[in-house]
Amino acid sequence: MVGATLLAFTAITVALSYVNFGTQKANVAVALLVATFKAGLVAAIFMHLSAEKRLIYRVLIFTGFFVLGLFWLTYLAWYDPIHR
Amino acid sequence: MDATTHPHGTPETHHHDEHGDEHHELGFWRKYVFSTDHKVIGIQYGISGLLFLFFGFCLMMMMRWQLAYPGQAMPVIGNALNHFFGTGSMPDGKMTPEFYNSLGAMHGTIMIFLGVVPLAFAAFGNFVVPLQIGAPDMTFPKVNAASYWAFVVGGIIMLVSFFVPGGAAKGGWTSYTPLGVIADTGPNFNPFFNGQTLWLVGFIFLITSSLLGAINFITTIIQLRAPGLTWMRLPFFVWAQFVTAFLLLLAFPPLEAAIVMQTMDRLASTSFFLPSGLVVNGAALQVSGGGSPLLWQHLFWFLGHPEVYVLILPAMGIVAEILANNSRKPLWGYKSLVFAALVLGFLSFIVWAHHMWLTGMGSAVSAFFQTTTLIISIPSVIILSAFFISLWGGSIRFTVPMLFATAFLPMFGIGGLTGIPLAFNSADLYLHDTYYVIAHFHYIVAPGTIFGLFAGIYYWFPKATGRMMNDFWGKVHFWPSFICMNVIFLPMFLQGMLGMHRRWYDGGQGWNVSGEHIWGLTGFQWNTPISIAAWVMGLAQIPFIINFFHSIWKGRKVENDNPWDATTLEWTAPSPPGHGNFIKAPVAYRGPYEYSVPRHGRDYTMQNEPIEASELTTAHPTREPVLRA
Amino acid sequence: MEIPYTVSARRDTGLWNAKVGIWLFLASEVMLFGGLFSAYIFLRLDAAPGDWPHGLLNVPVGTMNTAILIASSVTVVLAWAALKMRDLTKYRIYMAITILCGVTFLVVKLAYEWPQKFDHFGAFIKEGALEKYEPYLGNKHLLEEGLPPRKEITGHLHNKEALKDPNVKEYEIALDPVYADPTNRKMDRPHFWPVPATDKIATIEKSDVKYATMFLPKHSSYFASYFTITGLHGAHVLGGVLVFCYMLLPASTRIYRHNPEHLANRVEVAGLFWHFVDLVWIFVFPLFYLL
Repeated sequence: MVGATLLAFTAITVALSYVNFGTQKANVAVALLVATFKAGLVAAIFMHLSAEKRLIYRVLIFTGFFVLGLFWLTYLAWYDPIHR
Repeated sequence: MDATTHPHGTPETHHHDEHGDEHHELGFWRKYVFSTDHKVIGIQYGISGLLFLFFGFCLMMMMRWQLAYPGQAMPVIGNALNHFFGTGSMPDGKMTPEFYNSLGAMHGTIMIFLGVVPLAFAAFGNFVVPLQIGAPDMTFPKVNAASYWAFVVGGIIMLVSFFVPGGAAKGGWTSYTPLGVIADTGPNFNPFFNGQTLWLVGFIFLITSSLLGAINFITTIIQLRAPGLTWMRLPFFVWAQFVTAFLLLLAFPPLEAAIVMQTMDRLASTSFFLPSGLVVNGAALQVSGGGSPLLWQHLFWFLGHPEVYVLILPAMGIVAEILANNSRKPLWGYKSLVFAALVLGFLSFIVWAHHMWLTGMGSAVSAFFQTTTLIISIPSVIILSAFFISLWGGSIRFTVPMLFATAFLPMFGIGGLTGIPLAFNSADLYLHDTYYVIAHFHYIVAPGTIFGLFAGIYYWFPKATGRMMNDFWGKVHFWPSFICMNVIFLPMFLQGMLGMHRRWYDGGQGWNVSGEHIWGLTGFQWNTPISIAAWVMGLAQIPFIINFFHSIWKGRKVENDNPWDATTLEWTAPSPPGHGNFIKAPVAYRGPYEYSVPRHGRDYTMQNEPIEASELTTAHPTREPVLRA
Repeated sequence: MEIPYTVSARRDTGLWNAKVGIWLFLASEVMLFGGLFSAYIFLRLDAAPGDWPHGLLNVPVGTMNTAILIASSVTVVLAWAALKMRDLTKYRIYMAITILCGVTFLVVKLAYEWPQKFDHFGAFIKEGALEKYEPYLGNKHLLEEGLPPRKEITGHLHNKEALKDPNVKEYEIALDPVYADPTNRKMDRPHFWPVPATDKIATIEKSDVKYATMFLPKHSSYFASYFTITGLHGAHVLGGVLVFCYMLLPASTRIYRHNPEHLANRVEVAGLFWHFVDLVWIFVFPLFYLL
């Protein structure tokens, strides 16, 4: 049943990619939102993360923080050069 | 539950019978070579690490000749080295610039990834941590063995890279692109078997080894602590290894991704890190371009910074154990130490761009990283201060481990404090890539970490072998090493402040800023005393090497399992411990540093000694002036 | 002393060893693919408008592969559930289906998608020569629409020897549909179903070409990241498939006979890895195929 939802959302992802949401940024945002939702389902239900122990959450929260730090800080460095 | 389980309900013992390696002897290869026992693996890592340290040290001694006497033939061994490393490296005994660059790149890589990390993290961690937490082994013994052998494969690839056409990697231990991509390419080089590519491939094995090891350590510390051994009763050494393992686990993978990409750039002509419009040797490079050298730097230093804390934390852990043991009093500020280590680990992930101050970053991102870099100095200061205060009022006995451990304190202090100017983008504009930086990090790693590791070797040698290392020769090892370390690295600060660059192969001879002198010598002239001190330090290691191997077979046997009168659990196991370590799981009743507990017979109490009724009033020292009966 | 908590959980953490181990491993894998994704982000953000291609990958095939992987995630959960309920036959069936899905995924990728790409050709036209090839590029029309210009002509290369032989001075390309009819508004955006190829052949002078190659990793940052990420992902799929195969071998059946909970735990741990692989693909698919 969860699988069926995932398959349905895959179809939705593909369909939505042909809809233009205005800017490229918006397109990307929508696609990533759907992907995150699907990934969340896989993680929560297939990987049983919703019922997992505290320790695992702590490890993953730190991991998430660091990987987002990698993305955000590198982005910040990119878009803040010394000369404009 | 299955009906065939053991009455205790622990199916794992039943399952273990199936394998039967408790009941019949393992062959020579399974017992001593491909062992899954953490102690054997720890010793394997230890010996391998020491061998690589020695090799990296020799590379440095060769470099020091070139720096002090650039362009001159190396006496006695010059031609032999030329034959050993391949012609083209030192024709007529004189070092070529390319060979100097190889030595520089490989000295760094070997010392860090093949020397210090395997020794500090893998060797000491593997041997000591399960014993200190009262566990029979690591949680995943086979993964442990796999980790060691991946390390060996990586190390062999790195060594082999010296002997392929063109020699070992020359692009620095940081392998910055585009040089890292275009180096060692062209008609004189094999498309795959060249130094730079082999460096990348070997690194993948080393990273894999570290990741497997890190998973093992973290799981073991979480899951296999003996009953009663709560988190806040862990020896600080275990906490240090725990944080180190997390750093390795989360920081190495982005570098692994970057290495895969640089390998693709070299082998598949991709342009992950090559910008458009590159011209090499007069010809435009036939690649798609559009890549970014900065991207490599970001991904490299994302590991690079946590890596330096990987280098220092285990040594801090070792020093903590030895200071407490040899001052016969508990460590001061245990909780602060633990939280400082945790905060250090966390912050180390968000400071990396301070290695990139000169890449043209704007003020916003620069301010961010300067702030986090300055903040991260605080936990280090807390840890060092706690160590210093731990000595206050102690009954200090200067055993050989204690000599090295106390020397660690001011040396790490100098190293750490000299890092502060580098945390400022403004100051670093001048100091970047000078000898100042080399002096800063060597003070931390060489008289810092390596002294900590020596201390650990002298300290835990009796546990691993049942014999003591010779005390006199330990002191003969210590004093010249300590003095030489300072003669080598202190002048380098001066050289750096004069502006001498860190990768010049002629030691600054060709560049002399208005003949400036500092403390009586020019920057270039300082190379001579530094090099001499380096060679003397090489000689000072000989007593250690002889002492180490001689004591394994002929050292003074220990009278009991706890020759240092220490408190932590590893000293309750036999010396050396058998397979499975403990006959039954020890139970911890106390904290790790119960030294000089008042009104207790001995000046130390081991962690597994039960609390006696009489202690209920004395376990925590009171301030009552009236003595109890 | 035996190593405790290999099958039963430790009380204060509530976990058995392998579960802690696999989540730690997955954390490191998050960082690994995070590093790759960060490279993708910055290469893409750095690309000038029009330099990042769209619509070069086969979306229906990619969608099918996504569905196959999702299905295999479902079946591996069912396999684990069968083990917990001590139904060995059902376990074997579901595990076999999982392996089949994994293998199909790899075969589709390695034997169909990748070779299709390797067989396709693209030539980046020099800035100064863009005007000359306007009949194929249709940039005037794009500029009117406010869309980024096309700078590359793609299709099937008829004279493959042109790649190696410096004496051959031009490329003969059987054009992709969009270049055969560049001003057709329907060609502005990628389609779901691939548009049928035309017979139109174009001749492009080598001197007008900045850089030309088949759709290999070296073609562009796009293909470099595509092949590297899907390649590494594929290696993980292969690893997972091999582990699952081991779980069907007699060695694993022996573990089941001895202590079924132990095998169930192993399957759960392998399943976690497999779900992670699926998770990565859920992100890879839109980022490369759709956007």
